[in-house]
Amino acid sequence: MEAHTEPIIVPKPLDPWKILYRVVNYGGLLLLLVWGFLGIEYKGIMQTAPGTIQAMGRAFLRPDTVYLRTWTVDGLPYAVLETIAIAIAGTFASAFLSIPFALLAAQNIVGEKVSKVGKFLVTMIRTFPELILALIFISIVGPGAPAGILALGIHSIGMLGKLFSEAIESMDMGVKEALESCGGSPFEILFRAILPQVSPELTSYTLYRFEINMRAAATLGLVGAGGIGAPLIFAIRTRAWPRAMIIVIVLIVTVTIIDAISGRIRKKLV
Amino acid sequence: MSATAPQQATGAHEPIVVPRPNHLRRNLIILGVTALIVGSAWFAGFNVFQILANFQRGGRLLRRMFLEPDWSFTPRIYSPMIETIRMAIVGTFWGALLALPTAVLAAENFLQKPWISKPLRFILNIFRTIPAMVLASLFVAIFGIGAFSGVMALSVFTFGLISKLTFESIESIDYGQVEALMSLGANKMNILRYAVLPQILPQYMSYTLYGFEVNVRAAAVLGYVGAGGIGQTFEQALAFRRFDRVGVIIMISFFVVLAIDLVSSSIRKRLV
Repeated sequence: MEAHTEPIIVPKPLDPWKILYRVVNYGGLLLLLVWGFLGIEYKGIMQTAPGTIQAMGRAFLRPDTVYLRTWTVDGLPYAVLETIAIAIAGTFASAFLSIPFALLAAQNIVGEKVSKVGKFLVTMIRTFPELILALIFISIVGPGAPAGILALGIHSIGMLGKLFSEAIESMDMGVKEALESCGGSPFEILFRAILPQVSPELTSYTLYRFEINMRAAATLGLVGAGGIGAPLIFAIRTRAWPRAMIIVIVLIVTVTIIDAISGRIRKKLV
Repeated sequence: MSATAPQQATGAHEPIVVPRPNHLRRNLIILGVTALIVGSAWFAGFNVFQILANFQRGGRLLRRMFLEPDWSFTPRIYSPMIETIRMAIVGTFWGALLALPTAVLAAENFLQKPWISKPLRFILNIFRTIPAMVLASLFVAIFGIGAFSGVMALSVFTFGLISKLTFESIESIDYGQVEALMSLGANKMNILRYAVLPQILPQYMSYTLYGFEVNVRAAAVLGYVGAGGIGQTFEQALAFRRFDRVGVIIMISFFVVLAIDLVSSSIRKRLV
């Protein structure tokens, strides 16, 4: 008896076209990576970096708790509440605005040609960075939370419109046809056939976007659109690490709690 | 039966309409959510009329940005734009590279050792809660102003994102293949190589591309805190209130990001 075992994996025969295909793909990817790496220069860490890291570590262990207990407009609790308020108002504004865009992008509502235009429109909105939207709105309505709400409200249409239109595309068309055959008006069809069917999914997606917008609202403050970002960037720029660390810690805790609540509601919904 | 009999005799019909169910709970939830939204808008000082009034002032600004842009500024955007794309490529590479082994360790069904997967997931969650901009401004304090800080921030951010998506994929694989290999006496490495990886690889690559799309968008604004790329040019133009240049930067980066998005999402559609 022979002692050797047969190889389990049978090698697949490779035709030359497949090899060429792989060479082009992986080679191209490799070239892209090399090109990317060549452009990023490592200049070493700052001379002050060891001190900065030490100061950050010390601050992390002993953060600025006085700031946490300041219950005025300048305190941390107010900034956190404002961030949450921006996220809530922005998300739900965009949820309402997304519905017409979603209908425009849904193939089974407006037909194939119009839906392509609608889908492209939604992609364009999604591509526009919210931070730049925030800057544009700041120059229109002035710095503060309303600019943040507008930025989130517009930017979120990009994602919600896409997800909503997919939900509408996968719904049961029988109800819509039944209403049409009874002579239902377009508004009746929207409110009695389409929305009732997709509302659990729509709510779930809106909550998911709310989780994302919580993080976004925290960054919008960096450009002056209200919320926790403004005191954070100020603390980092002035190297006030105890204060920066308490903000980062509170941000992590808040986002984690909101994720947990929202995730639990989403599980119940769908 | 006896109660309805006289009615039928007189020709009266039973009402077809079913009495409405009690919607108290649902209405209370709707009321609560509405109160939450209106309360938030009020707390944030959101005033529709004031905003509409301000829009006229904004109209002038938008006209300067998008109708009378300074196109002669275009050549000076190319090199920061290319730097932005490079930052996104390198950031995605490091993030995705570290994410694969981490995802395997964080998946509950592969190692089946909760003392490894639980704390790892906790750390990954924390990574995902810190916005890329905040990471970037922290890294700028350590590595100085420039693209390297941005790459670091993008790597950490992508790592958190791809790890989470990938370990969820690993947890939802077809376990039959793993069991088949186990019954042949394969060790963990063989199971990973021949049962787990082949199943998740298309999804992992799709997530990596998705991470790249997110990173291109993020890299375009990271410069605002000094982390390199087109954002830095943007910030300077804004600081000098050269809105005609701001408009050029916004439009060009918008079309570059849109093109990358379209290419990447068409590849993703073929992958999964």
